[in-house]
Amino acid sequence: MIYSSIGYYSLIFGLTISFPIFFFSIRNFKNEETLDYKIITFSFLQLFLVVLSFLGLIFSFIYSDFSNETVFNNSHTTKPLFYKISGTWGNHEGSLLLWLLVLTLFIFLFLIKSKYLLKKYRILTVLFQQTIIIGFFVFLIKSSNPFNYIFPIPDEGLGLNPILQDPALAIHPPVLYLGYVGSSIIFSSVLAATTLNYISRTWAMHIKKWVLISWVFLTLGILLGSIWAYYELGWGGFWFWDPVENVSLMPWLALTTLLHCISVLEKRSILSSWTIILSITTFTLSMCGTFLVRSGILNSVHTFANDPERGLFILTFLFVLIFIALFIFFVFHKSDNKSSDSFFLLSKETSILINNWFMMYFLSVVLIGTVYPIFLDVISSQKISVGPPFYHKLIIPFLIPFLIFMALGPQLKWIKSGIEKKLHLVVLFIISLLISFFIVKNLEINFLVNTVLIGSAFYLFFMTIRDFFLKGFKNIHQNLAHFGFSLLILSILFNNIFSKELIINLKVGESFKNERFKISFNDLKRFEKKNYISFKGNFSIIENEIEDELEPELRVYNQPNIITSEADIKTTLFTDKFITMNSVQNEKYFNIRYQVKPFMFWIWISVLLISLGGLISLFKKKYEK
Amino acid sequence: MRNSIIYFLIVIFFIFVFVIFYKGLSNSNLYTPTTNKKSIPEFVSETLIKKKSLNSKDIFNQKKFYLLNIWASWCVPCKDEHPFLINLSKNKKIEIIGLNYKDNLNNAEKFINELGNPYSTILLDKEGIKAIEWGAFGVPETFLIYENKIIKRYIGPLNLQLVDEIKNYIK
Repeated sequence: MIYSSIGYYSLIFGLTISFPIFFFSIRNFKNEETLDYKIITFSFLQLFLVVLSFLGLIFSFIYSDFSNETVFNNSHTTKPLFYKISGTWGNHEGSLLLWLLVLTLFIFLFLIKSKYLLKKYRILTVLFQQTIIIGFFVFLIKSSNPFNYIFPIPDEGLGLNPILQDPALAIHPPVLYLGYVGSSIIFSSVLAATTLNYISRTWAMHIKKWVLISWVFLTLGILLGSIWAYYELGWGGFWFWDPVENVSLMPWLALTTLLHCISVLEKRSILSSWTIILSITTFTLSMCGTFLVRSGILNSVHTFANDPERGLFILTFLFVLIFIALFIFFVFHKSDNKSSDSFFLLSKETSILINNWFMMYFLSVVLIGTVYPIFLDVISSQKISVGPPFYHKLIIPFLIPFLIFMALGPQLKWIKSGIEKKLHLVVLFIISLLISFFIVKNLEINFLVNTVLIGSAFYLFFMTIRDFFLKGFKNIHQNLAHFGFSLLILSILFNNIFSKELIINLKVGESFKNERFKISFNDLKRFEKKNYISFKGNFSIIENEIEDELEPELRVYNQPNIITSEADIKTTLFTDKFITMNSVQNEKYFNIRYQVKPFMFWIWISVLLISLGGLISLFKKKYEK
Repeated sequence: MRNSIIYFLIVIFFIFVFVIFYKGLSNSNLYTPTTNKKSIPEFVSETLIKKKSLNSKDIFNQKKFYLLNIWASWCVPCKDEHPFLINLSKNKKIEIIGLNYKDNLNNAEKFINELGNPYSTILLDKEGIKAIEWGAFGVPETFLIYENKIIKRYIGPLNLQLVDEIKNYIK
């Protein structure tokens, strides 16, 4: 009770703090030379109130205060403490409060960290960010209040969906949100800079930090979501092209492109239009993601709420922001005329520009695949769903030139490079193709595409390894990220090509044998746990004379009453053995699904390497010129 | 000149996207209870005690009064109205059907064992979907039915006055 009230009133006070911030910012904008300290003080106060409100919700969850509707809907007294806390952001209301928390946190950090920049620019950024913050405050209080009171007070809550009770998923939303919401600072800042015609190298150096922060968090957030899908959903895949996954991938693509544009802007003062448009796009896509997930317009595992009123609010707010951004871009932005004629064909910026276009292509594919079903439904009432084949067909062929440019780009110099002493590039490419040829030769897959695709992935792989030795710590961040990417593509390809799968029905004591494996179902045990009953099967699998014991599990949760299937996965350096079991209705038989998935471990490692590249870039000293 | 055409086209494009999304929203599963629903919805449901599947047509088939009561073990007012239902169940002219709403089965069984069972059948509605088909606002809610028509609905718990009203109907 008391925690909900504290939370609710802090939220209201937090909103009212926006008015003094607006007032002092506008007054300060015209008058003094330096930034009025009151703006920082009030921003801090607002942050403090939102933190208080968030703590209020966390404590309501910890003490299982079921007079709070959000707690009632998403928690239960028998739930472990860790999931009570993570339940705070595992639902619509709480996760929006988290959005707001990150929004206020980031603008406060921005104010502290931007001391040496133009005063007017800092104030305008605050104003744009406050517009977004007010929007979210109003949205929270009006249509998604996390502190709604219910009467009569229920004795027990409805519980958190058991498939969401997973450590990776508990920290997935906060990490992802840091990435999503981090793009709001980029958005506000780019609007401020455009208005003041302040898009410059100094600005690029400063905003690059924020781009990197959002990018690292977004990458890690997507990784955590993938790991969760792999371990918990029990389908043995890590990426399903589910609309909600796409919605996190789209800002990532835009942000990655933006990161490269900012580097060019920082070094060469060109590509400013690209930078502005991409900054706007990234945030718009993040907001659009929120809209698509929260409005119930899409249906997926992530859908929290089917509430058109909420959808309408976000939609309107989103388009208001888009139109403000467009207006500012067209009125204030003066495109740099020199950009068109200062590109030399063989230069770093050209290769970045080419890959930008590829990235934009990938982005459009994902965007169309996600949004097109909605358009079709509205226009012709046809319902379709777009699955993996669509994305694979459209994306895979274009990965080939993309990978090659990614390998070549870093070898070129800024402004202009020659083609002398570039023989090794060709030699390496031929070696990569040969290796790929010997791998693909004996397999029954599409020969040409796979040889070239794996070849170009190897090419990037070898190029980056060569650079580790030749260049050492120079540009290590970029090299590491590119190396990670080549490793990612290789792991995904090999994972796809060498995966094996077996689906059978077995009962206790039976075994199954084919030319490759022997699977025996030895035992089934029952355990009582705090909030579920577990049935653990014991299987032994013999493959190539190596025996493994695997113990998949069925969990029958009591609140809400849901059965989940926990995969047992034996991870080794090069393959994962993945087994799940499911009950067949009213029979002694269990449906067993056994998969051998090579290189899974390397998929996770490579994404970690990619984000590590970002982290190093964030913390590196400015020793480069 | 060229710039303003591009600007214009982009604005038109975004307005188009807005309209599509807006329309898409109203397509989604918007649910508002309709209070003047007259006929009963068709559905198939599991039952609590005997654990079998029942079709709605087989439930309300006789020529007598039925009372459909939506309840849950976690709902405190349901406890308050329970004695009234027990009382009504002694009347032979009316049959009371329970619809257990978003509940834990063990708790529901405990509830019935402790407080008595006024229901001839208890239907299960774990996801709350059937309650939506009935146009219910929440728990508890009670529908008086005769010849497959909803005669009267009572939102919230029953009390002595309302029970008298029901008794008047079935006289």
